[in-house]
Amino acid sequence: MDTLPNPRRGFINLLLGSSFGALMVSMLYPVARYLIPPTVAEPSTASVTLPWKPGDLRPNSGRIFKFGSQPGLLINTPSGELRAFSAVCTHLNCTVQYRDDKQEIWCACHNGVYDLNGKNVSGPPPRPLEDFKVFAKGDQIVISKRA
Amino acid sequence: MAELKRIVVPRLIAWFEERIDLAGFRALIGHKVVPIHRHTIWYYFGGMTLFLFSIQVATGILLVLYYRPSAEEAFESVQFIMSEVQFGWLIRSIHSWSANLMIATLMIHLFSIYFTQAYRKPREITWLTGMALFGIALFFGFSGYLLPWNTLAYFATKVGTDVAGQVPVVGHLILRILRAGDDVTGATLSRFYAIHVAILPLAITMTLSLHLFLVQQQGMSIPPEIERDPKSVPSMPFFPNFFLRDLVGWLSALAVLAALAAYFPWELGVKADPFAPAPAGIRPEWYFMYMFQTLKYLPARIGPLEGEVVGVLAFTMGGLFLALVPFLDRRSARGERSPLFFWIGIGILAYMVVLSMLGYLAPGGK
Repeated sequence: MDTLPNPRRGFINLLLGSSFGALMVSMLYPVARYLIPPTVAEPSTASVTLPWKPGDLRPNSGRIFKFGSQPGLLINTPSGELRAFSAVCTHLNCTVQYRDDKQEIWCACHNGVYDLNGKNVSGPPPRPLEDFKVFAKGDQIVISKRA
Repeated sequence: MAELKRIVVPRLIAWFEERIDLAGFRALIGHKVVPIHRHTIWYYFGGMTLFLFSIQVATGILLVLYYRPSAEEAFESVQFIMSEVQFGWLIRSIHSWSANLMIATLMIHLFSIYFTQAYRKPREITWLTGMALFGIALFFGFSGYLLPWNTLAYFATKVGTDVAGQVPVVGHLILRILRAGDDVTGATLSRFYAIHVAILPLAITMTLSLHLFLVQQQGMSIPPEIERDPKSVPSMPFFPNFFLRDLVGWLSALAVLAALAAYFPWELGVKADPFAPAPAGIRPEWYFMYMFQTLKYLPARIGPLEGEVVGVLAFTMGGLFLALVPFLDRRSARGERSPLFFWIGIGILAYMVVLSMLGYLAPGGK
């Protein structure tokens, strides 16, 4: 059986080995790419018109609205000023809420606190909430991104 | 009945023996012994974990018969299982409770192996497969938690996947692969379902087979201080002596499970709403509690890094350290006492216990 000289056997093994390696790569590459979800081109939301009137939200309260696929938070400050922020906590992605007892924006997940300007004031959040422009025109509230 | 035992069973065995050589299998069972010493009690927890795992497989298969993995139907299908399907509440409750008990027995098993230095040479690979099984079990818990698509699960998944996203360089890619997109949506639910019922079962079957094969090959480890004792260590046959004792433990576990499922049925909560704020008092399952509490305490920035990045890196290093203990602990490898690693173990355990307790005792922030 072992009549083939070693160099030839080594060459054959190299060929077999590398074609097996190539086969593996050609099988695993599509699988790896398949696992990464395609980037769906979402229409980037620049502004939304809320289905509420400015009078619907009493002072010292807040409400979540849809800003495209993301939640936003509209608050009416105790002094009666409307402000809007992204409701996505900058710490780990939870959705924040307005707390009327402390007059602050609070994330229940890890006890992050923001003031009424969306600035992170205590707890783990590393950055302020993104703030939006609010236009209250007659019966409509329009929220838009800052340029 | 007597006839069955006297005639049918021996004939059946003879029928098989004529066709398959069972001698090897018999020898395998005959040779397995369990050492008897003051730490023998810890030998029961591996088998107990295996028993609870088999309950997970059985109840999991039953749940799949009614469960529907989509954002529109998942919550309703679990509600249907619990309110309409006969004994559906029981099957789902047992699945949830057994998952928790399994993680608990797994942790006891892991730490008992750690403190009796059973990871030492030649059992390094067994320890590594055990740590892999622990990781798979935690991932099972995390992925299964989302499937009922309730508020708690929704935010737990947001936070958990965002934590994975904090890993430097590859974090965002991991996050997108886990979420099947940039946000937690119905696509995430499909993916977690696939992970929970296809990918992880395959992974656990392979890893568990290797783990059990190695345990069988190498026999039970005896703690070094007992092994050093010149008196020989007595042992009992695994079959039937230890096996019957195991069985008593399993029956007790089954009784505890049934009682928990009947008296404290697992709640379903409120359907997930991506446009509702995270509810007050939100918290993860108990086995992630110490991590959750740590993330609460970490400040926004530590040096040049964000607080949560430091936390995630620290936990990754901790896990890596535990996995590599057999290779780091040279004293244990020589069969000596290893006080340093003993106290590190106590430190890790104390950290987990104290932080978890703080998580439950500290007010939810309100």
